[in-house]
Amino acid sequence: MTPVVELREVSKTYPGDVTALDTVSLAIEAGELVAIVGPSGSGKSTMLHLLGTLDRPSKGTVLMEGRDVSRLSDRRLSALRGRRIGFVFQQFHLASGVSAIDNVADGLLYGGVPPGERRRRARRALERVGLGHRLDHRPHQLSGGEKQRVAIARAVVGEPAMLLADEPTGALDSVTGAGVIDLLRELARAGTTVLLITHDRDIAALLPRQIQLHDGRVVRDERAPVAEAAR
Amino acid sequence: MNRPKMRRGKHKGLPEVAVAANGPDDLPARLGPRDVLRVGAAGLRARPLRVFLSALGIAIGIAAMIGVVGISTSSRAQLQETLDRLGTNLLTVAPGKDFFGSDAKLPKESVGMIARMPGVLSGSGTGSVDAKVYRNDHIDAGETGGISVQAARLDLPQTVGLTMAAGNWLNAGTSRYPAVVLGSAAAERLGVATPNQQVWLGSQWFTVVGILESNALAPELDSAAIVGWEVAQSRLGFDGHPTTVYTRAKKDQVEAVRELLAATANPESPNEIEVSRPSDALAAEKATNKAFTGLLLGLGGVALLVGGVGVANTMVISVLERRAEIGLRRSLGATRGQIRLQFLTESQLLAALGGIGGVGLGIVVTAIYALTQGWPTVVPPWAMAGGVVATLFIGAIAGLYPAVRAARLAPTEALATP
Repeated sequence: MTPVVELREVSKTYPGDVTALDTVSLAIEAGELVAIVGPSGSGKSTMLHLLGTLDRPSKGTVLMEGRDVSRLSDRRLSALRGRRIGFVFQQFHLASGVSAIDNVADGLLYGGVPPGERRRRARRALERVGLGHRLDHRPHQLSGGEKQRVAIARAVVGEPAMLLADEPTGALDSVTGAGVIDLLRELARAGTTVLLITHDRDIAALLPRQIQLHDGRVVRDERAPVAEAAR
Repeated sequence: MNRPKMRRGKHKGLPEVAVAANGPDDLPARLGPRDVLRVGAAGLRARPLRVFLSALGIAIGIAAMIGVVGISTSSRAQLQETLDRLGTNLLTVAPGKDFFGSDAKLPKESVGMIARMPGVLSGSGTGSVDAKVYRNDHIDAGETGGISVQAARLDLPQTVGLTMAAGNWLNAGTSRYPAVVLGSAAAERLGVATPNQQVWLGSQWFTVVGILESNALAPELDSAAIVGWEVAQSRLGFDGHPTTVYTRAKKDQVEAVRELLAATANPESPNEIEVSRPSDALAAEKATNKAFTGLLLGLGGVALLVGGVGVANTMVISVLERRAEIGLRRSLGATRGQIRLQFLTESQLLAALGGIGGVGLGIVVTAIYALTQGWPTVVPPWAMAGGVVATLFIGAIAGLYPAVRAARLAPTEALATP
């Protein structure tokens, strides 16, 4: 079966001979719940950018559902990103002054979904993350955890093949953070591939697969027992 | 960077995608017009004060131009109204200079001859009287107030189209007695507001029987004291030679009559006759304002340019401030083109807001000015449409550079901003 995303001997070098990733190979299968963990400077952000097709590798190949990302034009790449990948950021990046439902509906804006349908699906997505009662609230009326749930709803509203979450609990207290992790686990159980990027080993330890980065290399790639993953 | 390599690949015609290369699914969807507008307006809604101020710059420029065009159009409409009311078929005949450079005289019978010309509806005349008029007999002889004394035929009001502000015009009776009708300016200078007062005219008392309203086609009568033909001859030493003949021609024969007037008025020496059409002079006077209008339009253009620079400035700042939003939109699937379109739309909306506000402001300015002048308010539709189109153009120019910058921003760089 074709992996959702695959890195083949990927390196990324920034100007000034800074090697952020050094010959990394890995494959993420559909439905996996993976933590990419490492201290700051280990290449996590670069990994996120490459996995999310926001950047291209200096060497090696990134395959998104079997397609070579470096061969796609900006337009096709944007379309791929919009339809197949959902992003969740540490700072939420919600539009201020815009209701939760419209923030979520914007997740479908560039996918060619008509406006009425966007709002219907946004409502469903918000209900799915447990915010069915907060549809018309503006970001400043929501708590940190609720904001992150809105951002997650926006990321999954287009039913992407993969959800990339970059330190989603970084701006939240531990209880709220745990709630967000539970939500991601739930989404994964329902079939979404979830990649969680974090510096927090405790959070990583909660997930069935952990890829540990250090100085731009994968130093550990462990899967929990099958029973654990399937739970 | 790998982007150039990718472009090269595209130009060589290499297949862009190994798997699932065809099908519309791998091309980005187009944004509908409503979405384009909504996304463009979203950036404006978040910063109302800044939007108001930069739109104001544009609005002032557009308002200045609309105001200039509107005021000059209204003034022309007023002129047209005046001419329609007064008629453009009035011709005047006056003596010029003879061969030796001294003042020529019109023959005494010229008024009658002109009135009998084919194509002439009516003819009348006035003659200058060598007399002065004063408020009373104690006024110093030098203080004439620039008022001329004219002898007039009784049919003068019908021919010129004079109307009375007060009292009556001369009649067969009063024209033989010391009675006078004052032009509006003359009445004001003599301090006469109502008829039946006495004025000191040619060293005799004359009774004011009427006051004229001013007439744009015969402004010379405004500052005249008008007496009857007979009394001027019997009491003021008037020689009976007319100095101005007023004539109304049939509308379709004005030019033909005009050509024959000189020869008719003075068959012996037609070269000593000056014929003019007062309505032409009125129109020409308005036309001299064109240079001034051009200057004001230019000033409005400069204001508009400054407004455009303001919009460009606002947009550059907006792009700098909204890097995170740009990054987010790219992660949501926006192409470079869609980011560019978003900021271009925003800039054009901003400028259009200013443009529509400016057109409104220009109309208000025109209306207020026209109201104070007693003109009709006319703002030509082409000026309004032109104003809005011009602002869309300015918005496009001003937004181009910021939009291109926003589109060029790498998504990773945009997302890295806190």
